[in-house]
Amino acid sequence: MRMPVPDETIVARRDDIIDALREAMPGGGLIVDETELKAYECDGLTAYTELPMIVALPEDTEQVAAILRICHEMGVNVVPRGAGTSLSGGAIPRGDAVTLGLARLNRILDIDFDNRAVTAQPGVTNLAITRAVEDRGFYYAPDPSSQIACTIGGNVAENSGGVHCLKYGLTTNNLLGVEMVLMTGERLRLGGKHLDAGGLDLLGVVCGSEGLLGIVTEVTVRILRAPETARALLIGFPSTHAAGDCVARIIGRGIIPAGLEMMDRPAIGAAEAFVKAGYPLDAEALLIVELDGPASEVDELIERVSEIARTLGASTLRASRDEAERQKFWAGRKAAFPATGMISPDYYCMDGTIPRRALPRVLDRINHLSERYRLKVANVFHAGDGNLHPLVLYDANLPGELESAEKFGADILRLCVEFGGVLTGEHGVGLEKRDLMETMFDAVDLEHQQRLKCAFDPDNRLNPGKVFPTLHRCAELGRVHVKRGEVRFPDLPRF
Amino acid sequence: MSEILRPQTADQAREVLAWAAAEEKPVDLRGAGSKHRLGHPVAADIVLETAGLSGISLYEPEELVLTAGAGTPLAEIVATLDAHGQGLAFEPPDLGPLLGAPPDHATLGGVVSCNLAGPRRPTAGAVRDHVLGFHAVSGRGEAFKSGGRVVKNVTGFDLSKLVCGAFGTLGLLTRITVKVLPKPERAVTVTLTGLDMDAAGRAMTRALGSPLAVSGAAHLPDGDPAGGPPLTALRLEGPPSSVAARCQGLGALLSDLGAVGALDEAESADLWTRLRDVAPFVGGDGPLWRISLPPAAGPAVAEAIRARAGGRFLLDWGGGLIWAALPEATDAHAATVRGALAPHGGHATLVRASESQRRAVPVFEPPPGPLAELTRRVRQGFDPKGILNPGRMG
Repeated sequence: MRMPVPDETIVARRDDIIDALREAMPGGGLIVDETELKAYECDGLTAYTELPMIVALPEDTEQVAAILRICHEMGVNVVPRGAGTSLSGGAIPRGDAVTLGLARLNRILDIDFDNRAVTAQPGVTNLAITRAVEDRGFYYAPDPSSQIACTIGGNVAENSGGVHCLKYGLTTNNLLGVEMVLMTGERLRLGGKHLDAGGLDLLGVVCGSEGLLGIVTEVTVRILRAPETARALLIGFPSTHAAGDCVARIIGRGIIPAGLEMMDRPAIGAAEAFVKAGYPLDAEALLIVELDGPASEVDELIERVSEIARTLGASTLRASRDEAERQKFWAGRKAAFPATGMISPDYYCMDGTIPRRALPRVLDRINHLSERYRLKVANVFHAGDGNLHPLVLYDANLPGELESAEKFGADILRLCVEFGGVLTGEHGVGLEKRDLMETMFDAVDLEHQQRLKCAFDPDNRLNPGKVFPTLHRCAELGRVHVKRGEVRFPDLPRF
Repeated sequence: MSEILRPQTADQAREVLAWAAAEEKPVDLRGAGSKHRLGHPVAADIVLETAGLSGISLYEPEELVLTAGAGTPLAEIVATLDAHGQGLAFEPPDLGPLLGAPPDHATLGGVVSCNLAGPRRPTAGAVRDHVLGFHAVSGRGEAFKSGGRVVKNVTGFDLSKLVCGAFGTLGLLTRITVKVLPKPERAVTVTLTGLDMDAAGRAMTRALGSPLAVSGAAHLPDGDPAGGPPLTALRLEGPPSSVAARCQGLGALLSDLGAVGALDEAESADLWTRLRDVAPFVGGDGPLWRISLPPAAGPAVAEAIRARAGGRFLLDWGGGLIWAALPEATDAHAATVRGALAPHGGHATLVRASESQRRAVPVFEPPPGPLAELTRRVRQGFDPKGILNPGRMG
């Protein structure tokens, strides 16, 4: 992975920039000392570090706007940051940028049960939103596995998912509105407690824009009434093909489970050794199927899915009888990443999405790659929506292994695209997958995306070096290449 | 007289728009024209119709995905999905008759470009929540794509959201991939009769805030058929046993508010189709507004508009959507409607009005200054010469 090269002309002005920012933040919140800056040197993609030039932790929207205005006027790059849990390097600092941390904007501003909406500042954690409304039986549906730590502002930036998004959608499907600040310091509101936009759906592109378009300072999400009950099935299969068939048949029969997860043999083994969830060690593939809703419906669907599993030769089939057992079924899956950390010094988590039915073929190909790179891999898979998380096992202390793991990972993502899928399902492009964007998009596609960036941030100051492999200047992208005098489409039917 | 062009391939469409961009000729983009009267009138000598960009190129029921040309008739898509027990969960309305066009003329591209969703919108999402990817030609005369064919995808900016509801002003959609879903096995409706607007609002809020998974909540203040007592309708969908149990539960939950009744499957399907298509207001000729707002504010805003302008109303989305059919007025009651809405937030669209009114009154909610300027810059990136449906969105 290529790290961005700092612009020395910005670094040279560091002291002036610090003076200007200090004036805008009289209550403190500016970090300039090298040892303190170190706490911000990486995000969830821990193999890469870079010391930020400055860290600014504003305490309100006014300060966010003031910081951005100063950086805009002084020509300084800005890297937004929530809790720093990005797995794609979206929050990796730059040596020539102010890391703008939103952690101190951590208040829930409004809980509105009648309109089923919560408005929070961006530094509020994902889980804190559910905690704030659960006494009335409500919850916030998207549940990324980092939900204890990750912030709602970061969720908006990354369009985060979770294990329940097949039925309940990603962040973008649960987001009602934002207040945001542009690089110039201008404040805007998109959406609110109502549905859809009156004009262009800018909220739809701000969500998932990885901090390249603006800084979100308030987030309004919809909350849902928690389902009456939830039950899970633990289903083991002697082959990944049979497990894949089971997934296809469940959905083909019109059942949309709340969660539909798959693990392969190495992942089952690691998880079972770590948490003793009672997973069958003889299975090649394990499915966890969760059904939620009214109790009568859940019981009926549990029976229907069980019947499908039996027909397809399941070697293990257990339905949770109570909440404790349901939690136990999930314990292994939820601990799959740390469990992998126990069987390997390091692991590299990939995040491609494929059409569901391609799964067995993609797994076969991943196993071939595993032999070629001489690196083991464990697969956990949001089978319901085709989102694959291969965990490439490596040892960073062995020379060349990190590089091998990265090459292996890139090959897996190319494989996903080859089978009709995409580079990233929920972790984002960030720095990590930036240079693979051209496997999915041609130059014209990327130019159209970058013109959107130009409309929001024409000087390319917000999170530069992320998402786009090649940077074009906005003036150049704005040019229209006129080809006059062409034959005026003589073959076209006209009326 | 406009010249009508019907490209047969995406590449022909690209040629037309490349020429139009070079010559700076505005182009009026249309599917089958069923919603052509929605939005400001477009002044263009060239009409580009997508009828030739038709056909389902991919449908995999077990993958819940369908790809079709933008000009594919919606009816063809719905019939194809129906044969596999699937459908478009956002319930695309057929607004043709409402806007003076024949029924069943909508195309996929038109539905997506207008981002129109029916009664299931609050729980299932809008069109924009179901578009997975698209191919289009921008106002630069360049073909580009975004998204993909899988549900979970955060690769690059989510332009699929942006083109939904852009009324063709960012690009001509040529091919669209949508997420499809199983149709519910059974749908029935619980009714309350005789509630005033405020009580109906409370009933819908209580129902939608319950764990009973209500998938439609509407209020017809003039009754159904019109002239009867007010009718509040709450839809339940799912497996038969679950629907039966929830039907009982919902009746018990709301019994203190009024007389609880139920519609059988056929009556229920008929009611929600008519609500979806705004059938009660088909054939009227006064201005018709579509107002999206925080759902709990629906009854108060509807009453405020009625007090000043009179008119007839439908509430859908648990109060979050008001259809207001108002008497004639020079400004189509824009000041009244937008004034009543302003304290609550939301947006009001003048869906039906005379051409002269649609020239004079902002059809779409006018954005505040900085947002208008940002919108202009976004549009300029895709259509620097302003050739795509210029002025349609204001």
